[in-house]
Amino acid sequence: MSNHKGGSRFEILQRWKGERASTPWGNPVVYFLSLVLVGICVGPVLYIIFGGFRTNAQITQDPSGLPNPWVVSNYTSVLESGTFWQQLVNSLLVALLTTIGTVALGLMVSFVIARYRFRYAGLMYSLFAAGLMFPMTVAITPLYLLIKALGLVNSIFGLVLPEIAFALPTTIIILVPFLKSIPQELEEAAALDGCSRMGFFWRMIVPLSMPGVATTGILAFVNSWNNYMLPLFLINDPHRYTLPLGVQMFSSQYSVDTAKVLAFTSMSMIPALLCFTFFQKRIVGGLTGAIKG
Amino acid sequence: MRDPNAITKSRRERVEITLLSTPAIIIFLGFVIFPVFMAVYYGLFKWKGFGSPSSNGQFIGIDNFVLILKDPVFQKAVGHNFFIAVMSLIIQIPLAILFALLLNQKFKGRGLIRTLIFVPYVISEVIVGTGWSLMLQSKGAVNAVLAKLGLAGADWIANPKIAMWTLLFVISWKYVGFYVILMLAGLQSIPEELYEAAAVDGADFWQMQRSITLPLLAPTVRIAAFLSIIGSMQLFDLVYIIWGQYVSDTAGTSTMATYMVREGRLASNYGYGNAIAVIIFLISLLVALLYQKFVLSKDLEGGLTESK
Repeated sequence: MSNHKGGSRFEILQRWKGERASTPWGNPVVYFLSLVLVGICVGPVLYIIFGGFRTNAQITQDPSGLPNPWVVSNYTSVLESGTFWQQLVNSLLVALLTTIGTVALGLMVSFVIARYRFRYAGLMYSLFAAGLMFPMTVAITPLYLLIKALGLVNSIFGLVLPEIAFALPTTIIILVPFLKSIPQELEEAAALDGCSRMGFFWRMIVPLSMPGVATTGILAFVNSWNNYMLPLFLINDPHRYTLPLGVQMFSSQYSVDTAKVLAFTSMSMIPALLCFTFFQKRIVGGLTGAIKG
Repeated sequence: MRDPNAITKSRRERVEITLLSTPAIIIFLGFVIFPVFMAVYYGLFKWKGFGSPSSNGQFIGIDNFVLILKDPVFQKAVGHNFFIAVMSLIIQIPLAILFALLLNQKFKGRGLIRTLIFVPYVISEVIVGTGWSLMLQSKGAVNAVLAKLGLAGADWIANPKIAMWTLLFVISWKYVGFYVILMLAGLQSIPEELYEAAAVDGADFWQMQRSITLPLLAPTVRIAAFLSIIGSMQLFDLVYIIWGQYVSDTAGTSTMATYMVREGRLASNYGYGNAIAVIIFLISLLVALLYQKFVLSKDLEGGLTESK
């Protein structure tokens, strides 16, 4: 009897699935709402990008119009200026070093917390988790004094070290559940084959945790790329500006040249956008793991 | 035979634990925890940031803290922070749930739309601030679009009656995508079978959302709300970029952090600035603890027992 009922349920289910795929609200409504949403989210960004292709006269005359005619001089002058490239290199260096440092240190300590049985594992996890309560805003003033005392003002490492430190809590909170979910049997099998703990770390943990590592790495990269407060406090040499600081300085320096500011601004957002577009699925996937854990 | 083996193993383990965890712990303690404790110490001095506070500054006890708490400018900023925290929750969380439900539908082009919706979250506060401050000027693009639609514009940035709502709009625009990601991630962990069973029982779309999605999404919502509240308490970049250091006071959008940067760093009053940092920390901590005690406690218990 239950079998029979199951069969009919299955049919209903199939039918319902078929319906759901095409008409829960009706596809057109879903698409319409999605497009409105996308318009709101992307419109202002397009305004910045298109604005860079206009002249100031065009912008003054009709602030919300499209480029007519299109001019590339704003973009070419930004690309030809050393400033943009210098700041791009600075931002890239800081973001890459931060990402590498965060992932390496985070993976090592997460491995310890997740896979070693020792008295302080829970305490260690709580210590880093508590780090979420110490945001950069609170620490920035004393941090500036510390970096100054270390002689790292206007240095790339003065930015990288604090950024790694502040990226560690999120990284560890995402990676620990991830590493815990790797089956114990795998480790036992590796041990039987004569693989040491560290061998297991290198040969199994590092490759298996790549999805989690990608998530935390991208988050660290994007956060570092976008960080404004830290360079605002620690960098006063224009040659060491990262892009966010550069954009702000550029926009106050050329406040009358709106078109050029827009061109500079759109150039500076490209790398973070590319990074996110390529890895969007990874980020959503990684966060799913973190929340489940 | 077994005993020495076990000892070497555990000694070896201890070495491994130390080697693997020390670098992270040192960097974390050195650049996150230590500065916050130093802020408490610096906050007890009247000090311009040269040399050390004990020799170049003047010990004034808790005077800085009293002065800050009595300053009406700071009190207003605290009020703004709390207003922003509450309004951000009211605006962003329901929107994020709706958008996540929308983007959880299966339809062609969903991946592209998901990516595009996260664009505001990925670009930096500086770009968002610069872009919006240009668009929101009285002769900017927003007013021009409104004029084309036959609507009257406004002075979105400088008018103190509107400025706070402008700020809330920009904050929501910037961060709602992040909460959509969180909600989408939360939705993935709800078993598909529940919806299938509900469909068999004849539940419609909204009934399913109310009796399955919302209760099961509650832990995610609580975490999202927590992150949003903490973010509101620390708000700095957007206000500082759009309103600058002085206009934010007159426009009524100043926050504790903009107050800290202006009175501390820019005025070179490092004792005072550090005292403000401590107060911001204590206020955020208090809010977070209350939130954890009354809202988050269930989730954390679950999380800790699971992780054991």
